[in-house]
Amino acid sequence: MYLARVTGRLVATQRYTGLDGVALQWIQPLDEDGKSMGDQMVACAAISSGPGDLVMFVDGREAAMACPVTFVPVDAAIVGFVEQAISKGVPIGRGAAGVS
Amino acid sequence: MFLADVIGTVVAPIQIPELNGGKLLLLRPVTPDGRRTGKTRVALDRAGAGVGDRVLVVDEGNSARGILGNPKAAVKTVIVGVVDYVEADTRLYDHRTPRKHGNPA
Repeated sequence: MYLARVTGRLVATQRYTGLDGVALQWIQPLDEDGKSMGDQMVACAAISSGPGDLVMFVDGREAAMACPVTFVPVDAAIVGFVEQAISKGVPIGRGAAGVS
Repeated sequence: MFLADVIGTVVAPIQIPELNGGKLLLLRPVTPDGRRTGKTRVALDRAGAGVGDRVLVVDEGNSARGILGNPKAAVKTVIVGVVDYVEADTRLYDHRTPRKHGNPA
């Protein structure tokens, strides 16, 4: 799993049937200093998260397993809302939306 | 599997059920001599690791599901060992350092 910040949402009404009812969100993976790590990506939200939240996501096949309909073509899924992440003794970001 | 330093902790009150409230630790993948390599990760602890430990980490779904005994677990990064030392490139890297932060594992 990786840490990430939810930066937005994505709506695609015309989509593959397996993705029905799946919330798609923009996320920015974060490194140990809370800085951006790699590119932003779209993840399926397996739990209730929203823009501004600090979250954990999983990629690869496990992402499809985390979504309501298993084996849907999804390669990233948010699996946890992170209330607190301490790295080298320093909290990374804030879990609550809007607090950076 | 890869080698990593445990550099922090993660608390995720809202999570998928398969994680089952297990301890989540923040990892920095490293080479035996401690150089950072790879992406910062969050792992489920199954070896009683704590901050300051160097650990062995499984990063593959089937193995993780085997460890968790749950064929549907959307988990792949699990700490499976706390490393004492590594012999690599004809050198010995002793990691049995006392815990820096005294994390009550």
